[in-house]
Amino acid sequence: MSAGRRHEPATIALTAVLGAIATIATLLLLAPTVVVIVLSFTNGFSLKFPPPGYSLRWYESLPDAFQLQYAVINSLKVASASTLLAVVLGVAAAMAIARSEKTMARVLDSFFMSPLILPALAFGLASLIYFSRIGIELSLRTLVIGHTVVGVPYVIRTTVAALSQLPPALLESSASLGASRTYTFRRVTLPLIAPGIAAGAFISFMSSFDNVPVSLFLRDASTDMLPIRMWQDLESRLDVSIAAVSSLMVLVTLVLMIVMERLTGISKRMR
Amino acid sequence: MNTAVVKGPPATGYSLAFASPLAAFFVLFFLAPLLLLIVISFYATPDLKSFGLDQYIKIATDGFTLPVLADTLWLGVQTTLLCLVLGYALAWSYVRSPRTMQKVLMLIIVMPLLTSVVVRTFAWVVILGRQGIVNSMLMEMGWISGPLKLLYTRGGLIVALANVQLPLMALPLITALQKLDPNLEDASSALGASALRTFVRITLPLTLPGILAGCLLTFAASITAFISQSLIGGGQMLFMPMYIYQQASSLQNWPFAAAISLVFLIAVMACVALFNALGRLSRGHIAD
Repeated sequence: MSAGRRHEPATIALTAVLGAIATIATLLLLAPTVVVIVLSFTNGFSLKFPPPGYSLRWYESLPDAFQLQYAVINSLKVASASTLLAVVLGVAAAMAIARSEKTMARVLDSFFMSPLILPALAFGLASLIYFSRIGIELSLRTLVIGHTVVGVPYVIRTTVAALSQLPPALLESSASLGASRTYTFRRVTLPLIAPGIAAGAFISFMSSFDNVPVSLFLRDASTDMLPIRMWQDLESRLDVSIAAVSSLMVLVTLVLMIVMERLTGISKRMR
Repeated sequence: MNTAVVKGPPATGYSLAFASPLAAFFVLFFLAPLLLLIVISFYATPDLKSFGLDQYIKIATDGFTLPVLADTLWLGVQTTLLCLVLGYALAWSYVRSPRTMQKVLMLIIVMPLLTSVVVRTFAWVVILGRQGIVNSMLMEMGWISGPLKLLYTRGGLIVALANVQLPLMALPLITALQKLDPNLEDASSALGASALRTFVRITLPLTLPGILAGCLLTFAASITAFISQSLIGGGQMLFMPMYIYQQASSLQNWPFAAAISLVFLIAVMACVALFNALGRLSRGHIAD
């Protein structure tokens, strides 16, 4: 309808300026991933970019880094356990607050969401002091507890969103056809909200796997966690093998992302 | 037909009791630690022997803590503004792109959210380093004779933080722009408004809730970005998260660490409240 106006110089200028800024933004988003992947194939010992030549030597040296594997295993253990706990506690809570009109439900909702906004480092310190005062020794268990608190909001957010998109007529008709509440939940509600739960679980898992501020305080000296290990390595020496580890992590993330996008449409659930 | 009155909540709702396991978990492992943090901050000495306001007096008078806090908040403002400019243009282009392009763009936008922060920050160390891509490009083109110092500078830190936090800004803006009725823009231009005028008077105000939501997320994430701040900022710049960590971990001064954590936390919550109030105001303004 206004096709004629769209070609005015001012329109073209605005589109050009916003388009140029958007291109810069896209490059900014892509740059780190591309750089890390290219660099991991260098044949040199330094982080010179572009690399002098290419080889697989840094990938070949990875299996020898035993301590790194130990850190990976710890991170996987904690992320799996805390995600499981966050899903069980979070889905139940999401069901309670999703469609409730009560003030209490809104209060609980903000309470459960608050770990997203509070500085995680302050929570990590608070938990360390708490566990040491009540006499619980730091272990993988304390890490799981801390990570669960930080991961639960993601599960609740995606599950509540999935529940509120559920047509109430479906549940009412299931009930009026004589199904019990448990049966309706198992056969109607759960299958329909499963993608939402899966998306929340995935984000919660990734946030735990990548957590530094809480882990810094809640691990004991012998518990190595992958991101902390990488961070400390980076502070002391800049090693190319970290680029290889990073590239593997990017690759795994990318594959998981695409799988999750297919299964749950995760990019829509993160908004 | 519907005479069988269902006792309790309707079929679509569930009892609030379902939330009680998580509520108990949060009281025990989230609320109680935070309350204890408040108590600890009122101890006068690191050995936790006597109570007093000593830590807060120290914060107010040492001439060091408050500037670090102000600088941290200022870093958040700078990063948020850069993210807003980049993120708005990105979201604006996204909603105008064809469908397949949108899918690729969405992957590019979401991917960083799920990539390890350590990995992304490490990449910026490589990009900004003395032998990094920016320096070698500039030297090859003969624009500079020696490598520039980019790493461990504030500018470098802001760019790296903007990269890490950009998705948090872009996603709410995309949602806000998608909700915008395209007829409004057409109507505005049909009535003779220039493209710029339409953008400033129609598009920007109507997406204000999205802008505020994005700014809130970006701001909160930037000021608490411990890893990026420590790796890109290096030892030269000190921000609140590292300051808290040093006091708690290396110096074992729990009362002081607790007190500065709480001051930081209150500052963050005050900013959140401010953004929320602005958000309500902007929604009310649009409703008129």
